[in-house]
Amino acid sequence: MAVTIKLPTQLRGVAGGAAEAQSDGSTVGEVLEGLYAQHGELRERLAGDDGELRRFVNVYLKGEDIRFLDGLATPVSDGDEVTILPAVAGG
Amino acid sequence: MPAEALKCKECSTTYPLAASYVCERCFGPLEVAYRAPSSSADELKRRIQAGPDTLWRYADFLPVERVPRTSLPTGLTPLVRADRLAERLGLGELWIKNETANPTHSFKDRVVSIALARAVELGFDTVACASTGNLAGAVAAHAAYAGLPAYVFVPADLEPEKILSAGAYGAQIVAVRGNYDAVNRLCTEISGERERWAFVNVNVRPYYAEGSKTLAYETVEQLGWGLPDRVVAPIASGSLYTKVARGFDDFIAAGLVNGATPVMHGAQAEGCSPVAQAFAAGTDVCRPVKPDTIAKSLAIGNPADGPYATELARRTGGSIEAVNDDEIRAGIRLLAETTGIFTETAGGVTTATLAKLAERGEIGAGERVVVYITGDGLKTLDAVKGTIDVAEIEPRLEAFESTIGVTA
Repeated sequence: MAVTIKLPTQLRGVAGGAAEAQSDGSTVGEVLEGLYAQHGELRERLAGDDGELRRFVNVYLKGEDIRFLDGLATPVSDGDEVTILPAVAGG
Repeated sequence: MPAEALKCKECSTTYPLAASYVCERCFGPLEVAYRAPSSSADELKRRIQAGPDTLWRYADFLPVERVPRTSLPTGLTPLVRADRLAERLGLGELWIKNETANPTHSFKDRVVSIALARAVELGFDTVACASTGNLAGAVAAHAAYAGLPAYVFVPADLEPEKILSAGAYGAQIVAVRGNYDAVNRLCTEISGERERWAFVNVNVRPYYAEGSKTLAYETVEQLGWGLPDRVVAPIASGSLYTKVARGFDDFIAAGLVNGATPVMHGAQAEGCSPVAQAFAAGTDVCRPVKPDTIAKSLAIGNPADGPYATELARRTGGSIEAVNDDEIRAGIRLLAETTGIFTETAGGVTTATLAKLAERGEIGAGERVVVYITGDGLKTLDAVKGTIDVAEIEPRLEAFESTIGVTA
């Protein structure tokens, strides 16, 4: 499944300045693995040693926080959009 | 105590004092780090007492290069002794910090004061925010006073009182079809694209958050340089709750007051209680929720400072409680009937939490308790609609006597 990943400004520096990336996979986790394969530095920015997302990283599939879905195991469809944003804001 | 850097709360990486809010290494939140004060406690106290009757009297503890020449006067709100409420709940020394007395009737005037002053120092020309309501009014009013254009983003289903009052100050209101977390997410995206815009609670959030420390500074000063034993404060994002504790710690560290961090209790509405749930589960992982509560100003389903709030509650021996909508309405009435302070739903949450703690016997009779009432009931009138008994009569004396006279 080809998926578009939208990157926040804070991550664009380690992704060659791009605001978006393309990746493949059948779940959000696989799509992120595909992203790390393209831009290795992103892995340690987004994930802890256990492979889970860091606690201040929010990932959305088509606008829905993946913690309301199946987390990294959430299935994706062709043409879906995944957005990565820092949790810090609000209140 | 000048600010010296922004520092990641997770991994301690430091950054310059610019408009950044998230650690590039780990996505942790940044907060302002200060050098230890070079002045003695006596000198600091003298400067505070000689300062203006606003929160700028604590400039030594705030992250601005200089006190702004013009700023909508904010802070030094009354600390009200609440003997009748204490008696009703079987408590000893009880105080209400009445934040309805701020220019736009909520504590948000504090955080906006600091955010706006720093935004101007950093060269921004427009202010904006993601708001559950109170922040919208504060940003709009302070921007109007400073002569800056303002854009406030709110959930489209917000109380009309909050939308209309923010609009009256001339701000562009953007009503977003979604809940606060959707609004917040949109603003996070926009802030990455609009370089001249200071989103007070996004890209200048580290400065904004510092404003809540002044709630503690004032409390200490108003208690005659003393500390509460116990505090009850509302939790939405967890920012106010954690920064109030930081404020007490600042004054303890500076030698301005002796003692320990008060026992910190946090208050959430059951319909949006991710932090209370995490506390009850013994974890710091706040699983996001979809809010469904009348306490819209606390309706943040994905609270950024939630992990720090649970840590604080545990460290101080406090707790994070959740109360339901009926308890919130009862809390509003209880506070109004015993103190003359009419609070919005968030204050109902806080008062109901105080009542719950008192009922459980958690608060000792000899303790000094401070409760933070953060917003005004006139902004959430719907919450009390249908609960007030109005006697409608003909304009005749006998009508009065037959309806009211028997009981008056």
